[in-house]
Amino acid sequence: MKRVIFLGAAIVLAGLLCGMFEAIHPFGVPRNTAMDDYFLVHALSDRSAQNVVTSMVFDWRGFDTLGEAGVLFTALCSIGALFRDGSKKE
Amino acid sequence: MKPLSVVVTSICDIFAWFIVVFGVYVINNGHSTPGGGFQGGAITATFLSFVLVAYGGSHFKQWVREGVYGLLEFVGLVAFFIFGCLGFPNSFFYNSLAIAYGATPLSEWIPYCGTISLMNVAVGFEVVGALSIVVITMYESIHMVSTGEGMGGERGHDRFNR
Repeated sequence: MKRVIFLGAAIVLAGLLCGMFEAIHPFGVPRNTAMDDYFLVHALSDRSAQNVVTSMVFDWRGFDTLGEAGVLFTALCSIGALFRDGSKKE
Repeated sequence: MKPLSVVVTSICDIFAWFIVVFGVYVINNGHSTPGGGFQGGAITATFLSFVLVAYGGSHFKQWVREGVYGLLEFVGLVAFFIFGCLGFPNSFFYNSLAIAYGATPLSEWIPYCGTISLMNVAVGFEVVGALSIVVITMYESIHMVSTGEGMGGERGHDRFNR
């Protein structure tokens, strides 16, 4: 009985997934390119950055990168709290 | 951790420094080539794990000082924040040092792309420090578990022994 229920659910989910992939927007044909064109043009003309990805990460989305650095620092703090030898005298 | 054979240590002697050079290259050229602070820092931090695997724990403990990497981490984070604050009349993380394409720079010491390359270096410092400290701390915990030294003595990490 359980197996029948699981099989039915799997078939329904697979059908939904196939329908979703059918309805997805095709790759390489963006609907709205205004923002992409802005970044591609202004990365070199305003900021002299040949690498558009780095100019995106460190300039236009710099606050996001600060968050990533904070994530790294938090992971470091938790690893220090978990694995450090507690019996050492400072 | 025991040291590996002579072959591995010789290869480590020859190639470990090239890992550092390549990582620093990736960090320094992050504004013009693929890569950047995070990627180059991860490459550079591979040096420590290479040394640990090749030479074993006893040499590693003698050679490596953890405070250096803590300082790198601290300097990287603070410098990144300060470079973000440089654009404050406009907004946080505004690239106020950037020179437009074709314009003449005020000084040759200012990079053309402004804070992008400076932030690459700062993030590179931070990632090198963080990943190296992760390797060192995890090795110390393995050492602690395998030898039994310092087990059962958890007394907190603050200054006062309560």
